[in-house]
Amino acid sequence: MSSKLVMKAMIGFYIALFFLYLFGPLAVMSVTAFNTPSYPQAIPFEGFTLDWFVKLWNHRAMMEGLKNSIIIGLGVVAVSVPVGLAAAIIMNQIYHRARSTFYLVTVSPVLTPGVIIGISTVIFWKDMMGMTDVTKAWFYKGIILAILGQSSFVAAYALLIIMARLQRFDRAQEEAALDLGASHPQVFWHILLPFLKPAMISAGVIAFLSSFENYNTTTFAILADKTLVTVLAGEVRQGTTPALSALAVIIIGLSLLGAIIYEVMKRREEAQAERSKENAKIAERSDLGEAGPAGLK
Amino acid sequence: MSSRLFVFLVPLVVIAIFWFMARAEKGKHHDPTHKGFFERNGTALGIVFIALVAFWTLFLVTLPYLYMVVESFHPKLPPAQRGGPTDVLTIAQYKSFFINPVDNEINTTHIWAFVFSIITSVLVTAVNFAICYPLAYYMAQAGTAQKVRLIMLALIVPYWVNEILRAFSLRLLLASKGLINQALMGLGITSTPIDFLSINVGLYVGLSYAYLLVMIFPLYNAIESLDKNQIEAARDLGAPWWKIHRDVVIPYAKPGIASGCTMVFMLAAGSLAAPQFLGGPSTLWFTSIVYDFFFQAFNWPRGAAYAFILLTACIAFVLLMLRMFKVSLGETIK
Repeated sequence: MSSKLVMKAMIGFYIALFFLYLFGPLAVMSVTAFNTPSYPQAIPFEGFTLDWFVKLWNHRAMMEGLKNSIIIGLGVVAVSVPVGLAAAIIMNQIYHRARSTFYLVTVSPVLTPGVIIGISTVIFWKDMMGMTDVTKAWFYKGIILAILGQSSFVAAYALLIIMARLQRFDRAQEEAALDLGASHPQVFWHILLPFLKPAMISAGVIAFLSSFENYNTTTFAILADKTLVTVLAGEVRQGTTPALSALAVIIIGLSLLGAIIYEVMKRREEAQAERSKENAKIAERSDLGEAGPAGLK
Repeated sequence: MSSRLFVFLVPLVVIAIFWFMARAEKGKHHDPTHKGFFERNGTALGIVFIALVAFWTLFLVTLPYLYMVVESFHPKLPPAQRGGPTDVLTIAQYKSFFINPVDNEINTTHIWAFVFSIITSVLVTAVNFAICYPLAYYMAQAGTAQKVRLIMLALIVPYWVNEILRAFSLRLLLASKGLINQALMGLGITSTPIDFLSINVGLYVGLSYAYLLVMIFPLYNAIESLDKNQIEAARDLGAPWWKIHRDVVIPYAKPGIASGCTMVFMLAAGSLAAPQFLGGPSTLWFTSIVYDFFFQAFNWPRGAAYAFILLTACIAFVLLMLRMFKVSLGETIK
């Protein structure tokens, strides 16, 4: 009995240690955002201040980078979710022998180092877009190259997420709609797409987040433009300022908020599922009550 | 330009092969109820699907990679001379990795940086496996559903903070004026601050920290589907806990372990942020060298050649490891 307790204590200790490793650095950084010294330090805490947030707000390069990051993020979502959807549908219908090859091609960008994706994107599109002066002036831009480079692997994430749901799709639904006279595009828009909607939303969120925080690919593909992350990289290279900690505090705050909303929604969903299950049980019981004696006769 | 144009032919050939394969399969298993792709999706949508996927696989994945490889076989030239008579195929960029073109000596700096990057990545992978396995096992087999969901959220939240800021937070901890040195000096363990960053402790911790999540999810997914009864049975038969893991859990979770290790290794070997912001000033990381070729020497062909060396070495290493542990590639990427 006591050995089980020891085991439990050890597991608890281990988990605590793990999360200390995970959260410790972020917690210390967060404290430095509110401390007055210009070198980011947590201890000694010399005085509470919000100046670093003001500094951050007035940091023009960072605000411009933020704007670009948002544009690129939306661009990546716009490219990679439709591509991921199309790829998932093709993957589902393709001939068996070709499937594994197709899978390898589409998933390879996930495993390729981001640096290499960035380099190849720049080298390739520089020649492609440099063919005429017009295309060069319009398309050979950091923002566009970053969207193209990031989409190459983000689309693979979208594919994996959408495919997981598509595999649970019951083809009988499709057949039924077709039998009732629906056209193929109608089946797609009214049956398949609503079924895949949750997966597409999560793919979109993941796409935006991975684009937003990408460094390895973007640092090459962005050329002379800036994103929030490349501006940050420049700042960290130059030295340290608590304004960076302030930014981290904002991001952590937003993440926590998102996590809490998610958890609350999940709990509500579960409670609802529980309730409907109970209602179903009650309904079943009353059905049986009525049908029972009749069945016995 | 002609050698570069060659790149565009390769995907066309591959597509042709695919098409013939599809035709052959159709001829062999003739099934009257089977519907063709366009029949099933409608012509317009079918064309849209194929166009989207073709754009992705050709213009975002295959062609840029091939183009980079071709570029690496060219000399470094000013833009005006590209495609001119001096723009010939050459292996000079690859040779320069082994023999320094400046002094014709063996290029020990770059070779060492390469070896160091690979070895460090292997060690980081092993450490992360050791750290993550117990938690993944706990989540998959011991925890209640609600607890697991909370742990999962707690795992994901730190990863919404980007790589650079995470590296920055570690730097604050490990710097000579940082919290850890303050603590060590406060406790009287050292009298002068230890420079963790220049002895690469920062680099190792940073790499491990950056890719914990990448290790834990494949492990969790693999262990989760293991039938609890198997573990119970082993326990009832008197197996000690370490034997249960060695003979039951780990063999079962092998594909998940392989995919977690592959991803951590590839990401670590190709990482840029941790070496740039946490490595010591004299530490040369291979991707940082590639970075410098692009942004300081403006030698794109050589950078491309180095990038390709890194990519092939990593793939070869992963395939070798998978073969040694007898896992197929198909299992890994599932």
